[in-house]
Formats: sequence, structure tokens, C-alpha cells
Amino acid sequence: MAPLLRRALFIGGTVVVLLVLSLVLPQTLDPVVFRIVMLSGIAIIMAVSLNLINGFTGQFSIGHAGFQALGAYGAAALTVYGHNALFGYLPKAGPLQPGLAGFFQGAPAILIAMLASGLLAAAVGYLVGLPSLRLRGDYLAIVTLGFGEIIRVVIENTDVVGGPRGFSGNVEAGVLTPRLTSFFWVYLVVVLVVVVSRNLRFSVQGLGFLAVREDEIAAQAMGVDTTRTKVIAFVLGAFFAGVAGALYAHYEFTLSPTSFGFVRSFDFVTMVVLGGLGSITGSVLAAVLLTALPEVLRSSLGSVQGLDQYRLVTYALLLIILMIVRPQGIFGRGELRRDTFFRRGKRPPATPLTGA
Amino acid sequence: MRVTRAFLLRGVLPVAALAAAGALAGCRQGGGGGGGGGNEILVGHFASMTGDTSTFGTETDRGIRLAMEELNAAGGVLGKQFRVQTQDDASKVEEAVTVVTGFANNPDMVAVLGEVASSRSKAAAPVLQAAQIPMVSPSSTNPDVTKVGDYIFRVCFIDPFQGYVMAKFAREQLKMDRVAILRDQKNDYSVGLANVFNDEFKKMGGTIVADVSYKEGDSDFRSQLAQVKPQRPQALYVPGYYGEVGTIARQARELGMNVPLMGGDGWDSPQLVAGAGGPGKALEGAYFSNHYSKDDKSERVQTFVKTFRAKYGSDPSALAAMGYDAMKLLADAITRAGSPDRKALRDALATTQNFKGVTGDITIDAQRNATKPAVVLQIQGNQFVYRATVQPPDAAKSASAK
Repeated sequence: MAPLLRRALFIGGTVVVLLVLSLVLPQTLDPVVFRIVMLSGIAIIMAVSLNLINGFTGQFSIGHAGFQALGAYGAAALTVYGHNALFGYLPKAGPLQPGLAGFFQGAPAILIAMLASGLLAAAVGYLVGLPSLRLRGDYLAIVTLGFGEIIRVVIENTDVVGGPRGFSGNVEAGVLTPRLTSFFWVYLVVVLVVVVSRNLRFSVQGLGFLAVREDEIAAQAMGVDTTRTKVIAFVLGAFFAGVAGALYAHYEFTLSPTSFGFVRSFDFVTMVVLGGLGSITGSVLAAVLLTALPEVLRSSLGSVQGLDQYRLVTYALLLIILMIVRPQGIFGRGELRRDTFFRRGKRPPATPLTGA
Repeated sequence: MRVTRAFLLRGVLPVAALAAAGALAGCRQGGGGGGGGGNEILVGHFASMTGDTSTFGTETDRGIRLAMEELNAAGGVLGKQFRVQTQDDASKVEEAVTVVTGFANNPDMVAVLGEVASSRSKAAAPVLQAAQIPMVSPSSTNPDVTKVGDYIFRVCFIDPFQGYVMAKFAREQLKMDRVAILRDQKNDYSVGLANVFNDEFKKMGGTIVADVSYKEGDSDFRSQLAQVKPQRPQALYVPGYYGEVGTIARQARELGMNVPLMGGDGWDSPQLVAGAGGPGKALEGAYFSNHYSKDDKSERVQTFVKTFRAKYGSDPSALAAMGYDAMKLLADAITRAGSPDRKALRDALATTQNFKGVTGDITIDAQRNATKPAVVLQIQGNQFVYRATVQPPDAAKSASAK
């Protein structure tokens, strides 16, 4: 019973802590800081889910923003055009009710939206991944790059979601994209994606992922179904990117196709590489770092007249310096664990497959 | 590799320390940002100072700062000096929202100026509307921007009006009957201009002989041009951005089409003529509508051009002129409101009548859009020569009300 109890405590504790933070933080934090916290959370989901594909399985996907776009537009279209049929209890425009009432008001809608967009992205991920993941090498990179661009172009030419104008809801009917995303949902998914990644990493299934990364031929010889493993990683990554898209769509006022270009995809690749390919902790840290850094530099450089214009130069410079100092990423392939802080008598031997 | 304590000390701590230091500096600045109070009027400006469209932001900011200096030198407004806080949004929608979130959180912020790109104005406007801070966009011409709410204004005309201006100019001054349209289908701006041009030109008795499309970033337009050529148009209306227009003009000439091109304010760039093969080449004699011309002989424009040149050493672009007008109009409204109170300022902005701006007499209509004239320029060598001013008719007003 003890493990079960521990698990129940973990889940219950997480929900309570997140709920309390979700009610307290928007009132107490500076709005800009709170916005960075929210955008960081969404970036964490994107980076950690991409880490499943690029880090664990050693594939090179550069179309992750495409899955996010799919989820974002899918979810926003669902809540806007399904407003009358499904979500009539939500306000047509403007914020939800304050406090807990608003939480319960928005909860079913955001859950449905997240699930639907996650499944949509996962299904498309399966279709894209299955043919390209059978092959070895750079094919996936090219296919995902093409995929990301196709998604963007399709959105730009789809008038019901605003095309190039961006999508903020069905303006004629007065139904705007509801503001469903709260701190609770973003960080619940963050916890979920981290826990799923961690469990995978230290499970037999996950060892298969790592084996594919280290040596595909050897893995195949040892009986790992490499295609299946790669497709699972890819579909799982796409699912969470879709969910992140749903959260993004219901947080921002306006979705713009330009926000999901391939430059954005590269932002996520940068996060994973900077954090250390394969390191969950690294992905989380790098996602927060890269999201917050431009704003941190704005306020620190902005206090000196004339330095503000060098903000993005400094940003790029810091990235370069970091990659020179730590080419394997901030964390390499390591993770932050409990025994990093509390060193015990004897250290467990390093798992052979992950020895760097 | 396992994470050791030594590694944490050497690798992660400096990074964390750096981030923390930055954040701390940020908090301090954020807290003291609005400390001016009392003797000054704080105006925010969110602009693309860097990134894809950095010229938009830097040019507009120059105009705004010139206006601010003039206003302050003349003693300010209501005995207070203006302070403009310019924040860069790196040409990104997300960052624009972040910047205005900061503005909205500052209790001393009286009004916000920005943006040029309509997509960023549209994304930022709901934040300021919710905070009830008046926002004046200097040159976002997309009709949707001011529909966000009653605190959102602009000092430029909206897209459709330029389509009307060019249709009227082509029909009445150039006496044209047959025009072909080449539109950038991905670009909302281009589609807006093309649609209205199409409607108005037909209404005035002309014929649209062909209507073909291309995409921003394309570099080969020969198939579209070959489609248009047999229809024998007297002109090509290409309301796109300058990047593609030069190439289109060159390729049209290569295919033996020697008719003039016509366009909108998206052409206004020093790089336009160079892209068409240089002065006197493919774009010689082309026409485009714009917000203002530095060659306009009126005293208002000439004084502005002279002071701008004295300060920055270059001629003001239309964006600079719009920024200048936005700032001056704001100051005018604050004077009329009698206080820098946001609500009073909003009401004063909404009732602006015939404000004498360098880009023409500006009247704010019921949709919070500016009713004002446009100019038509002709490309001669490296110069954009002033050809005509087209006044807004009642018809254009009803188009903007749509």
C-alpha cells in the first residue's frame, strides 16, 4: 500500500499546490513576470516533449512548432465554433468569473480542448512519422521541416481561422477565443510531461529509446523494434506539443501564423540542445532561460540609456558563450536528482547505456 | 554523466546567478519605472526597433521623439513635460503583448503609441483596452485594429481607402480603362487594397482585365505575368510590399510589358528602386499611394522636413511623419481634455476634428479611424515625386464604417 499511498499523496499534493498558486500568483505577481511564467510553462512543455524525440531517441525533428500550431488552431477553432453546441456556459468574450468559480467554469472546456488538440497532433504525428521514421538518417529532419511549413501555409490559406490576419475568434458572431488557460493547467501539464518523460527514461521501454539513440543497428540486433520505438516517441512528443498549443491558444489574445514558423521550431531545438540532449532537467531549465532572457535583458540593459538596442545581440552572445563553455549542454545527459543535493554513502553505478 | 555537486557549483550556479541578477535588476527597474509622476506625462511606445521590420520601429520612433522635443521645448502641455518610453518588441507578436502588459501595469502611463504592423497592434490592443489606456497607432492600416474597443485609435487611413485613392487617380487623372491586379494573397494588407481597388475601379466605369495572385517570398512571377499580358492592361496594380514589387517590375519588362505599375504605401522603401534594377529602370514612372510626401509644398510639411533633417541628417519617411503626427495629436487631445486623465483623454481623442498634421487634416471618425487625404507619388529616377492629393469622399467614409 505504501507506494500507492505515496502516489496518491503526490497527485493530491500537486493539484492542491497548483490550484493555490493559480489563485494567488495572478494577484501577487507583476503582470509581466506572470506572463513570462506562463510562457515559460508552455515552452517547458514544448522543450520536454521535443526532448523525447530529439534527446531520448536521437532523432532530429525540426517541425515541433507545426504540431503546436495544429493544436493551437484546432483547440481555438473547437472552443470558438463549438461555443453554441458545447461550451454555451462560457462567456462569449472577456474573462471567466474570478477565483475558484472561474476555474470550475473553464475546467471542462480546457480539458476537452487540450485532449482534442493533443489527439489531433498525435494522429498527424503518426501519419508524418510512420513513413519517415522507417528510414534512418536525416530524412526525419527534412520531412518535419516540410511538415511545419505545410501546416503554416495551410493555416494562412484557411479563412475560417483568419488566414494571415490571425485568429482571435468568430468576430462576426461576437465569440472570441475564451481565456481558459490558467497557471493551474499549464503547470499541471508541465508536471505531467516531466513525470511521463522521467518514468520513460528509467523504464524498460525507455531503455529501448536510448538504445535507438546510441546505435540503431545494435538495438535492432538486440530485438528492439526500432521503427515502433521511434514512432512512439514521435507521437508522444506531438501529443504534448498539441496540448501546449491548446494552452497557448487560450492564453494569447490573437493567434498569428507567423508565431509558428520554422524559426520558432528552432527555438525549441535550441532549448533542447542548450539544456543538454536527453536531459529533462536541462530542457526545463533552458526553456525557462530562453523565454525569460529577452525580458530580463530588456529590464537590465534598458536601465542604461542606449544599451537597450543591444538586447538581442547580448542574447545571441550569451548562447554562443554557453555553447562554447558547455558544448554538451548545461546538463549534458545528466539529471537533477534528490541525491545531487543529499549525497548518500554509496553512489549507484551509472547506467551503462547513458554513460557519456 | 551524473550531476555532481562540483558540476552544480561550476556549471549551473553561474548561469542561475546571472539569471537571478538580471531578474533582480529587472524588478528594481520595473518598480521604479513609473516614478516620474507629478511633473511629467508618460507615454509608452512599443515598436519593432529590431527584427524583421526594424525600420518600421526606428523611423516611427524618430518622428515621435522629434515631436516630443518640440512639445517639451515649447513648455510641454498643461505645464508638464512629456517622457516617451520606447520598448522594443523584436518584430514579434508575443513580445509586443509582453511589452504592453508592462505598460498597462504602470499607473503613470497616460497613453500608448504603436505599432506599425497591424498584426502586432491587433494583438496588443486588447491588453490596453482592458486596462483602459488610450492607444494610438501611428500607421497600422488594417481595419480590424480599432474594432478591438473604444480606447483604440489610429492617425492613418485604413487599407481600403488606398484602393479607392488609386482607383480614382488611375481613372480620373490617368484616364485608364483596363487595369490588371497582381495581389499578394497571403498578405491581408494586399488583399484589402486589391479588393477595394477592384470594386471602386469598376464602379467608376473601368475594367479589371485580370486578377492574379502571388505569395510573399516568391521570386518568379513570370507565369502570372504571362497570364496577364494577353489581356493588354494599361497598368498593373500591385499592392504588395516592396520586396517583391521590384522583381515583378523587372520580370514584367523582360516579358515586354511596358505599362506602369501602381501600388500602395507598402512600396515606400529606399530599397524599392534598387530592387527593380536601379533608377530609370523597370519602375520608372510607376505610381503609388502614400500617407504623405516630403515634396508637398505646404508650409507644414516643409517646416517638418527641415527640422527633421536638421536633427537626423536624413529625410523623414512616411512612417516618421505618422509617428510625429500621432505624438502631436495626442498632445493636442491632452490639452483639450484639460488633464492627463485616461478617460478624459479618450473622449478628447474621439472628438478630434481637423487636426493640422503634417500628413494632412485629421478627423477621427466614429470607428476611431482617421479620415484624411492621401497622396499619389510617381517614381522618377531615385525620387518619389509628388503627383496629387486625393481627398476622402463620403464613399470612403462609408467603406470604413463597414
